[in-house]
Amino acid sequence: MAEPVDITANVGTPDLQAEPMLINIGPSHPATHATLRFKATLDGETILDLVPEFGYLHRGFEKESEAATWTQVIPYTDRLNYVSPLMNNVGYAMAVEKLCGIEITERCKYVRVIISELSRIIDHMVCIGTSMVDLGALTNFWYFWKPREEVYFLIEELCGQRLTTSYTRIGGAMADLPEGWTDRVLAVCRGVIPECIADVNALLTKNRIFIERTMGVGPISAKDAVALGFTGPCLRAAGVPLDLRKDEPYLVYDRFDFDVPIGEAGDTCDRYMVRMEEMRQSLRIIEQAIAKLPGGPINIDDPRFILPEKAQVYENIEALMNHFKFIMEGVKVPAGEVYSATEAANGELGFYIVSRGGGGPYKIKVRPPCFPLFQGIPHLVKGQMLADLIATLGSVNIIAGELDR
Amino acid sequence: MSIVFDKLRQRFPADVVSTHSDFGDDTVLVQRERIASILTFLRDDPELRFDFAMDLTGVDYLGEEHRFEVVYHLYSLEKKRRVRIKVRLHEDDPVIDTAVAVWPGIDWYEREAWDMYGIVFRGHPNLKRILMYEAFEGHPLRKDYPKAKRQPTIGPEE
Repeated sequence: MAEPVDITANVGTPDLQAEPMLINIGPSHPATHATLRFKATLDGETILDLVPEFGYLHRGFEKESEAATWTQVIPYTDRLNYVSPLMNNVGYAMAVEKLCGIEITERCKYVRVIISELSRIIDHMVCIGTSMVDLGALTNFWYFWKPREEVYFLIEELCGQRLTTSYTRIGGAMADLPEGWTDRVLAVCRGVIPECIADVNALLTKNRIFIERTMGVGPISAKDAVALGFTGPCLRAAGVPLDLRKDEPYLVYDRFDFDVPIGEAGDTCDRYMVRMEEMRQSLRIIEQAIAKLPGGPINIDDPRFILPEKAQVYENIEALMNHFKFIMEGVKVPAGEVYSATEAANGELGFYIVSRGGGGPYKIKVRPPCFPLFQGIPHLVKGQMLADLIATLGSVNIIAGELDR
Repeated sequence: MSIVFDKLRQRFPADVVSTHSDFGDDTVLVQRERIASILTFLRDDPELRFDFAMDLTGVDYLGEEHRFEVVYHLYSLEKKRRVRIKVRLHEDDPVIDTAVAVWPGIDWYEREAWDMYGIVFRGHPNLKRILMYEAFEGHPLRKDYPKAKRQPTIGPEE
């Protein structure tokens, strides 16, 4: 095998006649997947400097939330990471419940685990599928779109929506699982997803073209990744086994048997490998969660947080008043501040919430996992080729919705 | 009582204003003057090792004596522990030292706090707007910035 060319040898010293060239990438560019923009300084094709810019998708999530009730914020959280909205719903509901001191029902905990892991799988599928399109491997994209579609059918059945799910509620969920839903989840998890993962695995994992294209591209050391605040698959690819599902087990993750895959070099190849393995581990978790799924109610039994039954609202005045106050003023959440973090598909999704009592939040700050990842992009690609920026960007999986909020 | 409280009280007795662990989140309110040394100590002390700056944000308590609050959320990979550090700033002088030298990853969070609340991070290498565009006037997450206010949507000047 030929020795690879050391492209970093002359970084910082432009060739002969060349002045560094400034090139603009984005905000509307097929390979940025979202409205992201880079100002790249190039020497030939080598990246000397890179300045990421964003904010094109800023919708004022935090400002809007300050004028909404606690429940009205839930639909806004769908629009953060729109590739796995159910996980945002879960993260937000858990933060508010921590503030209220609510212990949700066992069944609800298991349901939240199942929907989170389904979301993680489709999020990783989008990430791998689309980043492979950027590298010219369109087939994998279609191979992953089929199971993703199947999961969307399940989500649609669960809450009536495909993308804007708004499934969780403070103290529970919008509705219990539909009849026979878990069987259909199992059918998809056993019959459709593993096969597609195996297909993509066969196409990529031992494919020399793929390996040589991605290995050593966009690497980061464990130390740098920690200093830059990386979390999730990008941090684990660098060899740091931080996974909140293991380290700070929330919901019922401590009751399941699953592994946390890690990489070594923190490069594009490792990020791909970590994501592939995480999908398999998520399938394991779903199997176990459905096997252990307890019966009972999905919502807590507390009229302060849960809407009265519709039949009751039509028939008795207390329920009607309760319903009215609930919708118009919002649930009453005690004053205080909490930070609650969950392991979303891209890393730590944190909600810092300040309440001064009353029906709506005083302040909500989202800690989106993409924010430090996008900040670290220049660190990943400086000294590499311009085309490697595209490969790296796809594997880091920047979602503008949660980046810009 | 959390070990973080003890260590901080011991090392910076004059700077720790108050502590609480409401809702299970360890929180320390400190003075702003020596914030950089406090954060460096939290990162480097062998018993604490807060190597992650997970989040930084501002909060606007309009009408209170100290209007702004800067909130740091730190995480220790080794000790699996979290802490929240808060600093109160006066409205007329919303200035605090930057922590970019402590955690390079905190750079953009500080820019966002400047963008959204107008909190100045002294010594920050590139304190520019991040979500808003340069010509935007005001700081949108301040409580006295009206939610429905509209400004011309123009791109960056270049």
